Amino acid sequence: MLSRVADSLYWMSRYIERAENVARLLDVNLQLLLDFEALDDDKLKEHWEPVIRAAGEEEHFYELYDRADSQSVTDFLTFNRKNASSVISCMLAARENARMIRDQISTEMWQSLNHAYLFLKSNNAKKVWDDGPYEFYKQIQDYSHLFQGMTESTFPHNEGFYFMQVGKYLERADKTSRILDIKYHMLLPSVDEVGGAIDAVQWGAILKSCSGFEAYHSLYVSAVNPLKVSNFLIFNQDFPRSILFCARHLDTNLHKISGCNAGFYSNDVERASGRLVSDLTYSNIDDVFKSGLHQYLTELQERFVGIGQSMFENYMFHVRPEMEDEIATQQQQQQQQQQQ
Amino acid sequence: MFFEKYKTEHFFDEMFEADGTVRPHYQAIFERLGPFTVDAFEQKRQAVDLSFLRQGITFTVYGDEEGTEKIFPFDLMPRIIPKTEWELLERGLMQRMQALNMFLKDVYSEQRIIKEGIIPASYILSGKHFRREFMNVEVPRDIYIHICGTDLIRDDKGNYLVLEDNARSPSGVSYLLENRQAMKRAFPNFFPKAGVRPVENYSEQLLKTLQYVAPHGKENPVCVLLTPGHFNSAYFEHCFLARQMGIEIVQGSDLVVRDFKVYMRTTQGLQQIDVIYRRIDDDYIDPSVFRADSTLGVPGLLNALRAGNVNIANAIGTGIADDKLIYAYVPDMIRFYMSEEPILGQVETFFASEDDHFKYIMENLDQLVVKSANEAGGYGMLIGPTATKQEVEDFRALIKADPRNFIAQPPIKLSRHPTWCGGDFEGRHVDLRPYILSGEKTSIVPGGLTRVALKKGSLVVNSSQGGGSKDTWVLYSDG
Repeated sequence: MLSRVADSLYWMSRYIERAENVARLLDVNLQLLLDFEALDDDKLKEHWEPVIRAAGEEEHFYELYDRADSQSVTDFLTFNRKNASSVISCMLAARENARMIRDQISTEMWQSLNHAYLFLKSNNAKKVWDDGPYEFYKQIQDYSHLFQGMTESTFPHNEGFYFMQVGKYLERADKTSRILDIKYHMLLPSVDEVGGAIDAVQWGAILKSCSGFEAYHSLYVSAVNPLKVSNFLIFNQDFPRSILFCARHLDTNLHKISGCNAGFYSNDVERASGRLVSDLTYSNIDDVFKSGLHQYLTELQERFVGIGQSMFENYMFHVRPEMEDEIATQQQQQQQQQQQ
Repeated sequence: MFFEKYKTEHFFDEMFEADGTVRPHYQAIFERLGPFTVDAFEQKRQAVDLSFLRQGITFTVYGDEEGTEKIFPFDLMPRIIPKTEWELLERGLMQRMQALNMFLKDVYSEQRIIKEGIIPASYILSGKHFRREFMNVEVPRDIYIHICGTDLIRDDKGNYLVLEDNARSPSGVSYLLENRQAMKRAFPNFFPKAGVRPVENYSEQLLKTLQYVAPHGKENPVCVLLTPGHFNSAYFEHCFLARQMGIEIVQGSDLVVRDFKVYMRTTQGLQQIDVIYRRIDDDYIDPSVFRADSTLGVPGLLNALRAGNVNIANAIGTGIADDKLIYAYVPDMIRFYMSEEPILGQVETFFASEDDHFKYIMENLDQLVVKSANEAGGYGMLIGPTATKQEVEDFRALIKADPRNFIAQPPIKLSRHPTWCGGDFEGRHVDLRPYILSGEKTSIVPGGLTRVALKKGSLVVNSSQGGGSKDTWVLYSDG
């Protein structure tokens, strides 16, 4: 398939996954605030700054806003078009990519994205958000799931589909790692409260931000505990949002694209993803806490960036001569042609 | 209920005779509309609009702030053409296409039509779209115009006249196809007994045409559609057609020319292509030959064409055939190349470049329609009778500065058609654009795009200036 098309499919998928994750993250964190007794400016800042960091946008936020509170952060991450990772920016970008490859995707896929776009562009979106942000974020998650469902059932499961899966799983792995990392930045009122009610609620919110609350509890009967939650979100083999699960599926789909046998690699992307899967398979939570959760997650994020870059270099990028050189070459050939 | 206050005034009306009788081929629909209330009709209309919006059947308006996508307004009242009328149009259009293709072959090789004094050399050579670079280049099957959109109007006596041929990159066929789908969804009960000829096989015919003109008669040629990209106003149509034909849609940056062959960049390396259905104008299509600042084209494309390794539809240089000045010579072309009399009439045309015509134009400027020889979309045009004094004078100056590039025509009282104006139907001016495919044989989609000037009294039907469209029905019978 055209490299440009592969690129658009990959990014369309990534943007939707990103929008869905940001929506869920905001949804959960807004709900979390309801459990707190008293909220002053400092507490709000403490609550929201990790969320902005999870979205990777801390610097940018303070360029546009003075303070971090529910209004500014949710506005920044939901409606602000200057933020390329806001929900609306991601959905618009996804739809724009879809428009560029309109002929490749099914009508159903296109219509589900276009529907999301029309909703967001209308005044209705802001109104829905004002009336009850939860409804709004749920709507966004629904659009994402609808799109994924349409893709699964109407898009041929061949090369284009694999590129979409690669984009989705890479984005998802990255977001899970960032959500887990929030806890590192979230401070408790005092050291005594480790293991206490607030701590438990915060870890519970982490799980909910990954839609993993029920899945976790079906595995671990006991209450939430940092070790178990981290283990679950990083190493669980069955949970669709765990980092290992995503890495495995990322790797499998890369191999489907290249046709290379599992367990081997045929290019740099596969080499990087293969190592990632291997490390995740053969590490455990003790290894993580030895180096420190935050450190471990940061390194993972760097590897995700590396894989994305490698994707681009291997599949989307063709070394193109400068237009001027190309024109000159062709004109030379023209001369030769006319002399024959 | 509807049409009680309908007036044809002094125009030829597609549906009603001057005395108010319904024309036979409109009788069936007139009866069908009988039981409708205003609300019911409005509901249908809104449902159709919503469905167009949902599907993203839009075009982008240049000069608009956000480059917004707009729905091309669709009027639910179809335009109906009886069998015999259509057969006449078909014969006339096929004759015209043949003459135009023969003209292009001649003008890019021997130039007999110039040598034998039919058309002055200067008119051809000074044509903005005449491409010297394409002289003596062979094209597969000698077909230059594979896809043509010819605009037809009717005068106040109901005669069909050719207004212009669009022989470069005619657009609008996707609206034609989507309009038919919309009508079927809105009025499913109309169709089975109405005896309307289907339009669905356009893309199949188009693909066959492209395959027919592959270099060296290659079997199973790789065909692609070359688009300027998603910022182009007709991008929806490019995607639509590519998808319907099952061919790849590419941009200039996806293609590369090596060893005089054209390749596309895929995830598995370079793949050669044989036929390009291009929706990019000559000016932008090859920066090594034409405009060097174009980022839309493919350097070396002309080299590959000359080498015979690729073909494009429509060929380079067809623009000379849709030059509004050359248009006046088409009847002469038919006589010269085919020794036949033209079946379809044209609008009388005056040349600003000829002294006697020039004098006439200058003296009657406020009574004439003046057009720039090479603009599209209804731009570069003066409608004397409705223009302001200032507009007329501005045009006078333009004509004096560049007479070769202006022609004038008497205003034609375009036919009108009942069009929904929220509450009832009123007469609005229409034209007709059939799409003619020239491949192994010439095929014409039954009907075409009927464009309607939605503003009361307006004669401008183009989408970019407030026009809309209707579904066009060609009947199997005469009504």
